[in-house]
Amino acid sequence: MKYDRILIRYGEMTTKGRNRNLFVRRLKDNVAEKLQAFPNIKIEYMRDRMYVLLNGEPHEPIIDKLKTVFGIHSFSLAMKCNNELNEIKETALAAVQQLAHEGKTFKVSARRVDKQFPYGSNELNHEIGAHILRNTDRLTVNVHEPDINVRVEVRKDGTYVTCRDIPGPGGLPVGTSGKAMLMLSGGIDSPVAGYLAMKRGLEIEAVHFFSPPFTSERAKQKVVDLVKKLTMYGGTIKLHIVPFTEVQQTIYKHVPNEYSLISTRRAMLKITDALRQRHRALAIVTGESLGQVASQTLESMFVINDVTTTPILRPLVSMDKTEIIAIAKKIDTHDISILPYEDCCTIFTPRSPKTKPKKEKVVHYESFVDLQPLIEKAVANTETMVIDENFAAEDGFEQLF
Amino acid sequence: MIYLDNSATTKPFPEVVDSFVTVATKYFGNPSSLHELGMKAERLLTQAREQIAAALGVKPNEIIFTSGGTEANNFAIKGVALQYRHRGNHIITTAIEHPSVSEPCQQLEQLGFEVTYLPVNENGIVTVEEVKKALRDDTILVSIMHVNNEVGSIQPVEEIGALLARYPKTIFHVDRVQGISKVPLDMKKARIDLCTMSAHKFHGLRGAGILYVRQGIQLSPLLAGGGQEMQFRSGTENVPAIVAMAKALRMSLEKYDKQIDYLLEVKQAWFNELKTIPSIQINTPFADSAPHIINFSLNGIKPEVFVHELEKRDIFVSTTSACSSKKKTPSKTLLAMGADDKRAESGIRISLSFENTLEEIPTAIAAMKEAIEKLREVTR
Repeated sequence: MKYDRILIRYGEMTTKGRNRNLFVRRLKDNVAEKLQAFPNIKIEYMRDRMYVLLNGEPHEPIIDKLKTVFGIHSFSLAMKCNNELNEIKETALAAVQQLAHEGKTFKVSARRVDKQFPYGSNELNHEIGAHILRNTDRLTVNVHEPDINVRVEVRKDGTYVTCRDIPGPGGLPVGTSGKAMLMLSGGIDSPVAGYLAMKRGLEIEAVHFFSPPFTSERAKQKVVDLVKKLTMYGGTIKLHIVPFTEVQQTIYKHVPNEYSLISTRRAMLKITDALRQRHRALAIVTGESLGQVASQTLESMFVINDVTTTPILRPLVSMDKTEIIAIAKKIDTHDISILPYEDCCTIFTPRSPKTKPKKEKVVHYESFVDLQPLIEKAVANTETMVIDENFAAEDGFEQLF
Repeated sequence: MIYLDNSATTKPFPEVVDSFVTVATKYFGNPSSLHELGMKAERLLTQAREQIAAALGVKPNEIIFTSGGTEANNFAIKGVALQYRHRGNHIITTAIEHPSVSEPCQQLEQLGFEVTYLPVNENGIVTVEEVKKALRDDTILVSIMHVNNEVGSIQPVEEIGALLARYPKTIFHVDRVQGISKVPLDMKKARIDLCTMSAHKFHGLRGAGILYVRQGIQLSPLLAGGGQEMQFRSGTENVPAIVAMAKALRMSLEKYDKQIDYLLEVKQAWFNELKTIPSIQINTPFADSAPHIINFSLNGIKPEVFVHELEKRDIFVSTTSACSSKKKTPSKTLLAMGADDKRAESGIRISLSFENTLEEIPTAIAAMKEAIEKLREVTR
């Protein structure tokens, strides 16, 4: 007898009411997309849990993939059998025997969801526990802190046995909270912000500002690689590359040095907002963390944010750099982010940017130059790439490998 | 032509040569250059690294490209010795390693390091007990080959790895040049710290090799300079050969999945046929050996003459390992296995690839029988 399915427990979405089905279906779709490479699996879902029937597919790689699907609270390898006491006992024994159990302790936690079943949960605990104890060596009982918790659930459609819970990433299924634009620079923070946004169920489209020849193709490649990492969690993600050179140069020419940074940020936000409207998203996500740099003081945020009423989500706003770095390492974006290529944020940086900019002044300086046509042009010339886990930008490379 | 010298080098797959030519002509930029040509070369390098890492089940930043197996072995051994000499100066290896392991060890002996060369049993296999006995507090490196290049015996790498798990200060290097794509080995499960591979042994081209360096292991660079390969190995990367190697590895591993049963059948048939030649002695242990190497001794006939005699009939075999076959020394692996001088001096190695067939065996065996007959008369 072998583990034949993976039982998935839902996270926070179990608190949802009538629209719960929407969440469950979305999670099912996300799991299915994630497990595309395993054609034999079948996914069964119901209100409170989901089963991935393995049908002979290997469970280790599937487990690794499920660890990246938001909305999963935890999951376990499971075996199913009929609601018949002897069969349940044998299945539970087989489940334990497949683990390294010698020298360990265990307990049985039976739940009788199907109240028609003739044995109560305590009786089940005793019967199953005794059977396991009799048929194994060097395995003892500890009901308080067992190494192995044999969970047996007797349900209407059959009995499920699991031994080990693997924590999922939590959160809500990507796509259930709507769509937002992620401003992605290439630094450490913005990919982490994107990850956290997706964790709360947002679908994201990334926006990157590209200023050739001041920023290189390598900087663009870096952003593509970052988005590729994020697709591990979010499935397919669109990346919008905005040609930003002209806007940036114009601002640099007309706005006094200490205010050019703020003005540039305002232009970026305006462009992102236009793209947001075009792609029917409802919010903008940024990697800003309060007080980190000049453009991220509260005064600067106030002045930058003034260009739009669209909700701006800042998942990192209260985080320390060390906490952000820890997440970046966990999601494998850190090593890409630290590659030393110039991006739109590092070029044209004034020596001493204003940390307490005044709105009136920015508006005054910007009144001497009409940026709107340039902004519209940038939006119109934005190039969009669709990136998934297998994305390879260069055509003609495949046959080389 | 019947080519039976695949452990010396393999014939590159045509697709692999195509990749080499395309990259060498179209993407010739230096990966460190800032411009687009450089960037494309860099991307090819990254993709090759990712593909090779995935095929081996390790991380991309654990793959260091070298010029080949000899450099990778030298780098592993000398790199550890220099980096960790403050921990100790004792190195353990075996009596049957390839010269690119044993020679660096001897160089290190001259620098004051102490090296233990473990004996092997009559099957050409080192035992875990021997390793355990030799381990000391100041042992910094254990270097054991995966598959012996002369007789094909498989070493208990996984068991040795399990033993070394209890010695966190000892680094475990495995020379997997003959093993890759022929004998499976899970690098993580075997707890390997450093592992050598070479492209031209799996239908890639010469000039590219791999040293797997487990994350967290530091090595003193053999080649200092521009800091390529994550500061481990300076020198402009050989992008065409590396891309070709990635493809060769993919294709070889695919062939393993599809054709390993056939290769084992071919090996079995070779053994059956060789047993019908009374005057030779088979040195390769059938059970604990790789699917592609068969070694036998000619007892009295000069092996070089035998090689040339077969060559006349378009059949290519080798006297022991190709690298040392020009020297007139007895095979050190056969000696270590307990063979007498006569047997050790007349070793012949047949080494197969997934390209060899059952059909070529009768022809080759007939030629070998004739050659032996002819040469016996001459020597008599």
